[in-house]
Amino acid sequence: MVTIAADHLAVTLGGRRVVEDVSVHLAPRQLVGILGPNGAGKSTFVRALLGLIRHGGTVTIDGERPDRATIARQIAYLPQGQTLHWPLSVERLVALGRLPHLTPWSRLSARDHEAITRAMARTDVTMLADRIATELSGGERARVLLARALAVEASALVADEPLASLDPAHQIEGMELLRAEADAGGLVIAVLHDLTLAARFCDRLLVFAQGRLVADGAPATVLTPELLASVYGITALRADGLIVPFDRLR
Amino acid sequence: MTRRWLWPLLIATVLIAAVLGIAVGTTTIPPARIAAALTGHGDPIDRAILLDLRLPRVLLGFLVGAMLGVGGAALQGYLRNPLAEPSVLGASNGAALGAVIALYFGLAQRHDAMLPLLGIAGALAALGMLFLLAGRSESPLTLILAGIAVSTLAGAGISLALNLSPNPFAAMEIATWLLGSLEDRSIRHVALALPCVAIGLLLLTGQSRALDALTLGEDGAAALGIDLRRVRWRLLLGVAIGVGGAVAVSGAIGFVGLIVPHLIRPLTDRRPSAVLWPSALAGGALLLLADLAVRLIPTSSELKLGVVTAFLGVPVFLVHLMRERRLW
Repeated sequence: MVTIAADHLAVTLGGRRVVEDVSVHLAPRQLVGILGPNGAGKSTFVRALLGLIRHGGTVTIDGERPDRATIARQIAYLPQGQTLHWPLSVERLVALGRLPHLTPWSRLSARDHEAITRAMARTDVTMLADRIATELSGGERARVLLARALAVEASALVADEPLASLDPAHQIEGMELLRAEADAGGLVIAVLHDLTLAARFCDRLLVFAQGRLVADGAPATVLTPELLASVYGITALRADGLIVPFDRLR
Repeated sequence: MTRRWLWPLLIATVLIAAVLGIAVGTTTIPPARIAAALTGHGDPIDRAILLDLRLPRVLLGFLVGAMLGVGGAALQGYLRNPLAEPSVLGASNGAALGAVIALYFGLAQRHDAMLPLLGIAGALAALGMLFLLAGRSESPLTLILAGIAVSTLAGAGISLALNLSPNPFAAMEIATWLLGSLEDRSIRHVALALPCVAIGLLLLTGQSRALDALTLGEDGAAALGIDLRRVRWRLLLGVAIGVGGAVAVSGAIGFVGLIVPHLIRPLTDRRPSAVLWPSALAGGALLLLADLAVRLIPTSSELKLGVVTAFLGVPVFLVHLMRERRLW
């Protein structure tokens, strides 16, 4: 169980303010969706949370400012559009998730192997263990990469667009996996674009526009027609929890 | 998984190549006399040939080959580029320029150690420039670009030395040295190269976890707790000291660092860390065998090691390329 707090977080990239004065308090047992148009600063915000880029303001984990090794054990990260640079087997790839727990020169312990097995079972990729990760289909690959992140067995998971390039069935499956993580006590932060899935699965939504946090709360209160109009510049058709983007306003 | 027979095969190859390297040469010494000389008695001339000439050559060949192999494997892993090799970062050319300066100004004749020492200084100078150009950036591309810039500058310096040589013999001396060779190296060269190579190997193989983590890219590795700046610093220092020291005693020997990881990688699980140590043995064995070829192929003027490795390298690379293309 872990609580992540950002206080007046700000990021400047190439002289441009990309994230401006964001303060949030993220508690465990929640699936937090991060929404916003392209270029709104969503990915930059989560990268700053993870300490991957220089930022102003502070990020604390359970009230303390963590070092790199602590962050690595506490927060697992599934980057956007993860590229794999070497054709590793699925099992080897998932095993990379154990790196934060290894001491120098040690080998994977029985506990590490258990964590790897558990992570692969949770995302249903056990039968792919010996396949080459770069040769998998998009859906299999997404599940394997999620297993890699889960193998860290961190209390928090940050997933940047985990549903990108997945078909509808795999998108729902992906959300179910994230939901299950949160229900098991984890804090899950996911950058999303599908409004219906975000509304259906998330406990809380953070909406970014032009680097600022413009809305924060339960999906039903956040995803108003006014917000969709001002943030995305769209109108949406709504029915029974469905939010289907329909027309551009500008 | 790494093939079970890989390690035994590599160790056996190194041992056989080393024994052949000591036993085979222009002077034929029968096995009985070799055994006698090595156990401490026997003909003093045999002893001199074996212990003062061939043994340092074999030791040096293994050290240089191992360093080039690991250097290539580590850089291919770090830059995530199968075409990376030690020379892309300018360490080889920097070391070569240092050695050429020693030759050009006649410093090499004053003392045996001058040439390798200036070689190492050249490699470190190249590293310093590399850091000025790309030290703070984290992308592999800026590092490669900066490496090419440093390498080209050092190459230009070498050309300038050849260009301004006072006479053809001086130019010839430089050109011959640049081809790379293990001939006439003494135990003192081994003593110079050994610490450099040892430091280089330790610095490079110590980054194996980080290299594996970089399979997930920079952000992925950093999120796994890897301090990328420290990794880069150690890796570059390892290449500069290790490869610089190796080039300083042997001359520029190309292709070993490029091919060896490619030969080893398909026999492992393809993790960058799994390729490192086997590349040391394979690089050492390759260089020992190439040096045997230098001695066995009859040519009018002596064949240079760097020439042989270049000829060996091309077919190996072509075979690899063809296999790769069929896979895609």
